[in-house]
Order: sequence, then structure tokens, then C-alpha cells
Amino acid sequence: MKPAPFAYLRPECLQDALEAYADHADDAKILAGGQSLIPLLSMRLAAPTMLIDINRLTELSYVHTDASGVRFGALTRHAQIEHDKRANRAQPLLRKALRSVAHPTIRNRGTTVGSIVHADAAAEMPAVLRLLEGSVTLRSHEGSREVGAEDLFVGPLETSLAAGEIATEIFMPALPAGAGVAFEEISRRRGDYALCGAAAIVQTDPGGAVTSVKTGYLSVSETPLVLDLSDAFDDGELSQTNLTGAGELASAAVQPETDIHATADYRRQLAGVLTKQVIEQAHNHASARTIGGSQ
Amino acid sequence: MTWKLVGENVTRVEDDRLLRGLGRYTDDLCPEALHVAMVRSPHAHARIVDIDIERVLDVDGVLAVYTYEDLPGPLAEPLPLLIPHPALTHGRTQYALAKDEVNYVGEAVAMVVAIDRYIAEDAAFRISVSYDPLPPVVGIDHARKAEHLVHDDVPGNVAARMEQSTGDAESAIAGAPHKLTLDLEIERSAATPLEGRATLAEWDTGSGRMRVWTSTQTSTGVRAAIAAKLQLDLANVDVITPDVGGGFGVKIMHPWPEDLLVPFVARALGKPVKFIEDRREHFISSAHERGQVQHVEVGFDDDGRILGLSVRFWHDNGAYTPYGIIVPIITSTQLLGPYKPGAYSVVFESLYTNTVVVTPYRGAGRPQGVYAMERTMDAIASYLGRDRTEVRAVNFIQPDELPYDHGLLFQDGRPLIYDSGDYPACLQKLKKLVGWDEFETFREQARSQGRRVGIGLACYVEGTGVGPYEGGHVQVETSGKVKVATGLTSQGQGHQTVFAQIVADELGVRFEDVEVTTGDTRRFPYAVGTFASRAAVMSGSAIAFAARAVRTKALRIAADALEASSDDLEIVDGIVRVKGTPDATIALGTVAVLSNPLRYAFDKASESATQFVVGDPDKPPVAEGDEPGLEGKGYYSPVRSTFASGMHAVIVETDPDTAEIKILRYCVVHDCGHVVNPLIVEGQIHGGVAQGVAGALYERMSYDEHGQLLNASFMDFLMPYVTEVPSKIEIDHLQTPSPLNPLGIKGAGEAGVIPSTAVFAAAIEDAEGIGITSMPISPSELFELRRRNTEASSPGRRAT
Amino acid sequence: MSDPTTADTDGETMHHVRLSVNGATYDIEVPARRLLSDAVRQDIGLTGTHVGCEHGVCGACTVLVDGVPMRSCLMFAVSAEGQEVTTVEGLGDADGSLGAVQQAFKDCHGLQCGFCTPGFLTTITACLRDNPDPTREEASEMVAGNLCRCTGYQNIVSAVLRAAELQGAGCATKPEHAAQEAQA
Ligand SMILES: Cc1cc2nc3c(=O)[nH]c(=O)nc-3n(C[C@H](O)[C@H](O)[C@H](O)COP(=O)(O)OP(=O)(O)OC[C@H]3O[C@@H](n4cnc5c(N)ncnc54)[C@H](O)[C@@H]3O)c2cc1C
Ligand code: FES
Ligand code: FES
Repeated sequence: MKPAPFAYLRPECLQDALEAYADHADDAKILAGGQSLIPLLSMRLAAPTMLIDINRLTELSYVHTDASGVRFGALTRHAQIEHDKRANRAQPLLRKALRSVAHPTIRNRGTTVGSIVHADAAAEMPAVLRLLEGSVTLRSHEGSREVGAEDLFVGPLETSLAAGEIATEIFMPALPAGAGVAFEEISRRRGDYALCGAAAIVQTDPGGAVTSVKTGYLSVSETPLVLDLSDAFDDGELSQTNLTGAGELASAAVQPETDIHATADYRRQLAGVLTKQVIEQAHNHASARTIGGSQ
Repeated sequence: MTWKLVGENVTRVEDDRLLRGLGRYTDDLCPEALHVAMVRSPHAHARIVDIDIERVLDVDGVLAVYTYEDLPGPLAEPLPLLIPHPALTHGRTQYALAKDEVNYVGEAVAMVVAIDRYIAEDAAFRISVSYDPLPPVVGIDHARKAEHLVHDDVPGNVAARMEQSTGDAESAIAGAPHKLTLDLEIERSAATPLEGRATLAEWDTGSGRMRVWTSTQTSTGVRAAIAAKLQLDLANVDVITPDVGGGFGVKIMHPWPEDLLVPFVARALGKPVKFIEDRREHFISSAHERGQVQHVEVGFDDDGRILGLSVRFWHDNGAYTPYGIIVPIITSTQLLGPYKPGAYSVVFESLYTNTVVVTPYRGAGRPQGVYAMERTMDAIASYLGRDRTEVRAVNFIQPDELPYDHGLLFQDGRPLIYDSGDYPACLQKLKKLVGWDEFETFREQARSQGRRVGIGLACYVEGTGVGPYEGGHVQVETSGKVKVATGLTSQGQGHQTVFAQIVADELGVRFEDVEVTTGDTRRFPYAVGTFASRAAVMSGSAIAFAARAVRTKALRIAADALEASSDDLEIVDGIVRVKGTPDATIALGTVAVLSNPLRYAFDKASESATQFVVGDPDKPPVAEGDEPGLEGKGYYSPVRSTFASGMHAVIVETDPDTAEIKILRYCVVHDCGHVVNPLIVEGQIHGGVAQGVAGALYERMSYDEHGQLLNASFMDFLMPYVTEVPSKIEIDHLQTPSPLNPLGIKGAGEAGVIPSTAVFAAAIEDAEGIGITSMPISPSELFELRRRNTEASSPGRRAT
Repeated sequence: MSDPTTADTDGETMHHVRLSVNGATYDIEVPARRLLSDAVRQDIGLTGTHVGCEHGVCGACTVLVDGVPMRSCLMFAVSAEGQEVTTVEGLGDADGSLGAVQQAFKDCHGLQCGFCTPGFLTTITACLRDNPDPTREEASEMVAGNLCRCTGYQNIVSAVLRAAELQGAGCATKPEHAAQEAQA
């Protein structure tokens, strides 16, 4: 289990990286945290001829938070965001989900941007990006463009990044007032990719009535899936009946597959169970925030 | 004698080195060695049409490529069939490099030698092998149907068929008031030590000596295999087992193809060479275990007493049978546990499949046997509406019936006779520990909160310390330091500590002064190996005998020197002294000096043994029949195994929605006779239980119908982290000493893992009210089982 | 564009890499694909770091990079240039005695074969720095990303607590034989 040979470049600034990538767009790969890429290289499931190591691009290692939301760069490690208090005040779903990404040691090295552009439908952060309707900034030596989450994920492990494009920044919108979020997943071992995971964002009005319910899922579709379940709560109540209805909608909507760890039907069941759990938790979170005035 | 250290929680002498990162595992040695990488079959079953090595020869850093064609003499013959057995009528073994057919994904086809592993892998990827695929046989069902054959010349895919019985089980069942049949299944798993296989060889052209370091459970076995296959004199082969990163059975298998190929290449190239197996290779080219399908018929009376038991099972032995049929033989005999069925018959077929070979993994067939028996006990209890512990109790062999002869032959070819134990007492302890009688109250409480809980128990008896023998050598140096050697190997069990405890007590020396070497054929060339929980029993006993011999000699020499009778002497902290006369002493080191008449003096101490100083000038310096040196050897070769036993209970909670299975309590009562070091024994139990939990709830080998192993990585083979094992294992000990060995000990290495599959099946069944007949079980499988079962809505199935 | 200095031997480009490990500087020449785990073990000769899977799951290879635990099998040596790497060999006390975490593993019988141990020791060392007084549950969290096949983890968790105690006490009390905290 050793990687095949590759040429190696380690640019010191983004501009150099973009130029190098432009020159080798077809055969080079970006090396960020390497926590997904290096296992693939070692198992020789991938063999790019060149790696462009972005670990020196310290300009891309940051977490910026303002009223609109949280921005972080391509070199920001999972752990940095997980432990950033301001970021998690603005968008508490970040930490809630990041805690389920692999193990702390992996999170010390792996980048959240890398995880998102790796676009594994079993990963947490792509689903979070989709649910929160965040966006990603893509840079090439020709310029920059911003892609919304719904346009980013085009297939299993496939994104709309063009050849030569580096994802430099991700934006996760802040949690609006009156809203709450939650994340839950079920995995075989703690730290494994989940058999099924769900996140929810529940919006309430000042009177406490539920006005919108959206959920995001991992491991039950080819690309991260988001459902708008608001209709199940059209009376504004978070009743057991409504929750059950939402769970059933979710079970029906997900498109899981059977693999060695779980059958499709079991994953469907989990999607239903987790949907109820995360909506209830997100609602509680919204209420707590309203009462407490924050978080 | 009085024990000072034996029985104490002595912290391990091994640890200091290992904790500083100064352990020496095989891959830590000889950084300049060349590396090999193997080309392995991607097909489960195929003919090799052609191997093209053209594209490799010009790769920089590649020194050589080998295929079957390049193997000379005995190396070109099939690998040894280690344990022949009359019932193994169709034993087959593979070639070191596949000759013309491959029979599992991962079988070695070609080998590259290069300056490092990176380049060796580059080259291995460039070798193109063309195959003519043949239909693969995967799984016991397919093997039994025999629509296709693994080996053309093995009809029905049956490697072995074996039958044993005592009494007439068929009539006993026919005549019994009640009868039940069970069909059970248990899947493949594997030992998976954290360090894979590893072999390093160095050939000294000048002296014609081969020196091999290997991560094995039997250095003497590997040594003999290398000598035979490479046509070397045994005396010219040294095999050393350095630190080993876990074995759990898989490393008792030998010789692996690489064990022979690496020394072969080292000799051919005149350079040190190593093979360090990677994780994927470990999954597809070492060994697995456990897979069986079982059919049980049982007849019993109103109390649940078994009158007749008839078991048929089918054992998946993988593509070859290098280790014989030890595993199914153990299943067929150890299945009986602490019970005495009126009559018993067992028939098994060991079947070929196009998968990795099956050789012992910790427990070695016992988990499957215990599973069959304990599922049967639970089924009887459920049928009769009796408490599960009562049904077991009526079937127990009673303490006054020991030694108990089952009338069967065990894995060592000796009668299956239990030497000691107290099963009723063990059960009482377990019931108390887990709170068996209070469980229904707990269940009711839980149920009122919408929770589902269940309890299970399982009992086992384990033949430990099987022969033929082990030996030990103890030598006192003139410094007073004691050097001990035994041939079997260590993989983390703390043998150095345990054996030092024994020697310190037996000889009367300080623990710190004893240094133990294991698994080095240069130090002790006669040995069998570390398996079947035998190390403490076998080498422990042998070393005790050796220490006693040294003690006797030391007392004789000291008696002369002190002009006392040896009966009046004692040895305390390395000083021989006359009891009650504190001044009359002589250090053991000095005794060692005196034991070895010298011509030359090197220091003050040795001066006193030179020829002008000691000895009667009229007698030979070394008396007839005596030997120089204060050393002794001992061997222990018991007539048969000693039988440890134990019982486990687990309380689980199953989630009504997600079918997740949570362990609330895990209790163990364990009888391994005298305990030399409780710290180490409990460590063995902890590790065994974790492996048992793994085997029951997490780990399996997921082969698809083409014979591809779908989970050949730690990502998908779910070895538990701390988060998946019980946060506490509650342990109680029972000590019924073995009468068969000088220390009264029985093995403890495998116990933790043996009853786990059975105990979890029982507890989950109890929680769910659904029969559990296939293990391991995942939440997804439990969910599907619930769906298939109409009773799923009524948890708990205490019969009326 | 900064580019690690390169030298060419036998086709594959070699990189001069200056690695700082346990406070010492090592100049090595490796291809870009050399994993940090292999560089530390083979090129530098510190074989205390072990490799159990080479795909990031077992944690045996965990080292500290600038004090932070990382999988050395999931990093290239070239990427580690300029960072301070700490391996198990660097965890002892300055006076040559075992460090608190090491001593605790001995006291509690937290290791059997010792193969997984270096990864646990490095991880725990860093975690106790962040949380010097963990509960048993937190102690268990700290080791939740490392596999051990031998011990069943009970004694490892006890060792974390024992290490915290030893560090808290400022000086290590070292029982000669008895592992007093083994079942803490
Ligand atoms: C044992 C283990 C368990 C894990 N469990 C989980 C889990 O439960 N959930 C989970 O989500 N992840 C898990 N991961 C993966 C981990 O989260 C990775 O860190 C993450 O998926 C990828 O981030 P990275 O920075 O390591 O990316 P890399 O591995 O460096 O790159 C991944 C891919 O993205 C590309 N890439 C990276 N950054 C950019 C960029 N800025 N622009 C363009 N392309 C880029 C690379 O070229 C590569 O193709 C696990 C990993 C391991 C080893
Ligand atoms: S060897 Fe690095 S995590 Fe297993
Ligand atoms: S002590 Fe052997 S793997 Fe942990």
C-alpha cells in the first residue's frame, strides 16, 4: 500500500497554485488535508501524475464570521471550524455536524473545503452545505466564480468544478433569528461514515409556530439530499402526528442503496427515525435560542 | 513452597522498552534490507495462462522477479500439510507461488524484489498475468451443492468427513419425551492483529547460515520448514521471533509462502530481504476462521436433561487445508462444554471454497461449538418454559464426577477427559454477579419506559495447554543474573513477566534479576508454539522444572561450600543461606562460579574457581555425571490437556426504532486454575471479550458471489474502537487448580472470546423474542429479522 | 514559485527534506510519495511509530505535528517540512524516566503487544494538554480514534486517568510491582 510516483509542487501563494494548476489541469490533483486523497493513492485507486500541495497557502487558512454567516478557506482544518466559537454562534450546525466527521485526529488535518469538494454523499459537510444553501468560491487562473450548493454536487464524488479550478472559500449562511438546527447520524462505529445521517433547520415565527422545516441527508442518495418538509407542519405545530408524517415523507423520499453494512430499507427506516429526531431537536434549539436570545 | 510473586499483580518487564518506542518488531530491523511485493490473484478461481514480466525488468531499483518456474527442488512442491489426519482424505495445499491455478483472491502468483516497497509495488503493478477464469465456489451452501468444484479431483468439495459418537444418540433422541432441531449459522471472521505478517532473512554466504526474523507464533516450526524447503541443515538455520504485534492464532499458521520465499531470495541475491505484509494483503492472503453451518437434533426429558444430542455441521475451510482439520475437530469436541449429554454423535464435513484459507483464530472452533450447544440449551429452556440457568444446571458434570471422560478423542488425538472444574459453583457466581434472579424486575422497569432489554448467558470448557511438550532452560550467571529461555513465542501476553515470576519464586531470586527470552531457536531449539492457551501451562511448567533442577544443583554446591546439609539451606533473594544461621551464606552468583571450574580468571569472582584454588586434586574437576555451569533444563509433556472453564452473561438493550444493540453489562466468571498474574489474566479476558463483541456484533468477511472480499480494509472490517466495547467488564474468578501440572494452572489466553457469539445471540433473542440463528448480527440484520417476524411486536419471550 | 529542492536519481525526483523530529533536525532525501510514517521509520530510523493499516483508521502511526495529533500514514514527508514532529521516542521525561502517560500505561497494564501503543501515547499526551483532568468518559473520548486489538481498551482508559493523576501530582509515584490504579 504505497502511492505510485507523482510530481510534486508546493506553491507558496494562491496565484502560483492557480498557474501551476492551469498548466497541468488534466493530470494534476490538489492535495489539501490528504485525509481522503492519500488513502486512495496508497491503495492505488487513484494515480495522478502530479500533486499540487496547498498546505503552504496560509492565506487560505481562516474562519471569518459576520452577521451574514461564516466564511472559511481551503486550508481551514475541520478542527479549526469545530472549535471556533464565533463561527458556531453564527451557525451552530457547523460544530454539531463536524463532531461526527471521522475522529479528532483526522479532523486536525482534513479540511472542510476538501471534504465538500470531495463530494462524498456519505460525508457530513456536503449535506450541511446543501441544507444551509451555502456556496463555494472557485478560482482558476482565469478568474473566480461563486457556485451555489445546489449546483455544486452533480454525481457521486463528482462536482461542477472545472479543470484547473480550486475551491478557495466556502460560505455558510448564519442561522436566522427564530431558527434552530440539529444533526444526528447513525454509524456502525463512532467516527465511521454514517449508515444514515440527517440535519434539520426549523424556522419558527415570533409566536413560536413552525413556519419552515428543511432536512438534509447523508448516505441515502447519490448526492447530498435536501427535503422541504414544511408541508407536514402546515398547522405550525410540532405535534407527534406531524413528526410522524415528516418521518414518513422522508423515508419515502430518500433513495438509499444496499451495501455490506445495511440494506436500503434499513437506511430508509433510519432516515425516518432521524428525521423526527432532528426536527424535534432543531425545534427545541429554536425555542431555546428565542428564550435565551442566542445560540 | 510459598509463593511470593506467583499470584501477584506484577507490572510487566516488557513495558519499559515498548513504551519508549524501543520495541523491535520485524519491520524495525535491518533498514537496508530489500523489499518484496507479491503479485496476487484478482480472481477467486482461474487458470493462469501467461505471466508477462517484460515490463518490469527495466524498472530502476528492481532486482529480481520470481514466478513458479523459478522455484527449485522442494520449494516447487506444494506447501506442507502441517497436521495430517486420517479423516482428511482430500487435503490440498497451495504452492509458494501459484503453479497453474489460483483458488482465492489474494493467492500469491509472482514476487518482485526491489530496493524498497514503493518500487516493489510499482513493479508488481506492471506484471501482467492473463487468467482463464473458472467458476468460483463461495460460501458453504455452494460448496455443499458442488455444482462446481474448487479442486477438480476433490469430489463434492469435501476435504474431510469425520464422525465421532458416544452412546447411541439417534435412539436416545427417538426415545426422548421431547425433541428439537436447530439450524444455525456463524460467519467468517479473522484474527487481524495490528501487525501483519512479517519476515526478514539474512544469508551469510561465508558460513552458509540462514538467519530469519519473523512475526510468528512458532519459530521452531518456521525453522524446520525453511530447512526442509530450502534444503539447509537445521543447524544452519536460526529463526528469531522479535517483538510481535499480536497473533491471536493467525500466526501459528506456517510456513506462509513468504516465510520460504524471503529466505530463498536472501540466499539467491546474497542480501537481506524482507516481506512486510500490508493491511489489504492481510485480509486476502493470510487466514480467516469461524464460518460454519450447523444442524442440531436434541432429545431431552421434562427437566431439560439432554438424553441424546446429534450434531451435523459443515465447516468452510477455504481454498486449502494447510493446518488440517484442527478447527472443526475442536468444534466437534468442545461443543460439549460443561455438560454430559446421555448420548452424543457428531459428523462434520470440511469443505473447500474459493476463499482465503481457514486456520485457528483465538478460540479455534470453540466459539462455534459453544454457540451450537448454548443455542440448544436456550431452545430447550424456551420449549419447556424453564429458566435457562436451571436447564444448564441439570446437565452439568458435577464436581465429584471429575475427572470426566467423554469417550471422545480431542484435537491432540488423546481422550477427551476433563481434569478439574466446578461448574455449579461457577454458575452460582455468575448469577450473583449479573443479578440473574433480579433481571425480570429490571426488564419490567425498562419495558415501562418503552425500552427493550435482554439477558443471555453462555458456558464453555476449554482444553488448554495441549502437548506435545515445551521446554525451558534456566541459567545462573556468575553475576547472579538469571537467564531463562523457552522456545515458544510471545505476542504480547507478558510471558517474560509471568515466566520470571515463576523462576523468581522457584529459585529464590529477585524478579529483577531474571531475564526471559522466548522464540529464539538459538537459545532454545526445541518447542512447539504459542496457541491453544498453552504458553503458561506448558512453558511455565517446563521452566518451573528447569528452575527446580538449578535449585537442586545450587543447593548441592552450596552445601559443599558452606559445609552444611543441603536440606538445611534456603535461597532468598539470590543468596543461599543456612536456615537460622544468618552469617552462613553464599551468593548464587558465587555458586555459579564454583559450578564451573576455570583455567582463566577474568575478575575477582572467577578467580575463586580457577584450577589452583578449587577442587580435590585427586578427582576430575567436573565429576562424572555432572556438568559445568549452574544451569538446568526442564521439559513438560502432559498426558493430555487441562480444561479451563467459564461462563459469561450479557445484558443488552435493543433500540425499537433503529435496532441498534447496546451492551449494558458484561460479566465474566472464569476458572483458569491458579492465576500467576491476575493483572495479565484480566488483560487477556478484556482483550478476548472485546474480540468476542467484535465477532458477535461487528466483524465479518463480506465475500461477494465472485469471491471478492468487499471489506478488505479497516474502513469496512469493523474492528471495534473503545466506543464499541463494554465500558466495564465485570470479572469474578474461581480457582480449581489443575492436577496435571506443577503450578496447578490452566490456560487463559482464549477464554474471553469463546462464549461471546453464543451469549449475544441469547441476549438479543431474549430482548426481541425472535429466534437468533445466524451470527454475527448487525442492526440492519436485526431490523430485517424483525420485519420478517410477526412476533416482533411482543418483546421478551419468557415462556409460560 | 517555491519548490522543494530536488535532485534526480534513477528517474524519480528526489526531494531534500529537512525534518525536525523530537527536537533534532534530519536532512533526508526522499521522493514526494514517501509517507511521513515511512520517512520517520526508515529514513530517520525512529521505528517507535508503527504502521497498522496505512489508510488512516487504526491510529498506530499517530504523531504530533506542531503538537497536534495527526496520522503520519496520511501525510507526505515533503509536506511536513518546517513543522515539529513528535514521536513516541520524544515522550520520555528529560531525566530519562518514563513520561507520565508512559508510566501510567505500565501501571495500568495498558498495553499487551505494544504495537498500537505509540499512537495512543502521542494522542493522549496532546489530549491531556488540552484537558488535564478528564472524566472517565472524556478519557475514553480521547482514545476513541485508535484501534487496539489486544487490550479491550479498559486499561487504556484507566491509564489516561492515571496519567492525569501523575501529571497533576507533579511527580510520578511509581509503584514497583502493584498496579494500584489498574482497575480504577
Ligand atoms: C479514517 C477516516 C475516517 C473518515 N471519516 C469521515 C467521515 O465520517 N465523514 C467525512 O465527511 N469524512 C471522513 N473522512 C474524510 C475526511 O473528512 C477528509 O478530511 C475529507 O473528506 C477531505 O478533506 P482533505 O482536506 O483531507 O482533502 P484531500 O484528501 O486532500 O482531498 C480530497 C479531494 O478533494 C480535492 N480537493 C481538496 N481540496 C480542494 C480544493 N480546495 N479545491 C479543489 N479540489 C480540492 C482533492 O484533489 C481530492 O480529490 C475520513 C477520513 C479517514 C481517513
Ligand atoms: S497506520 Fe496510520 S492510521 Fe493506521
Ligand atoms: S496492545 Fe496489541 S494492539 Fe494494542
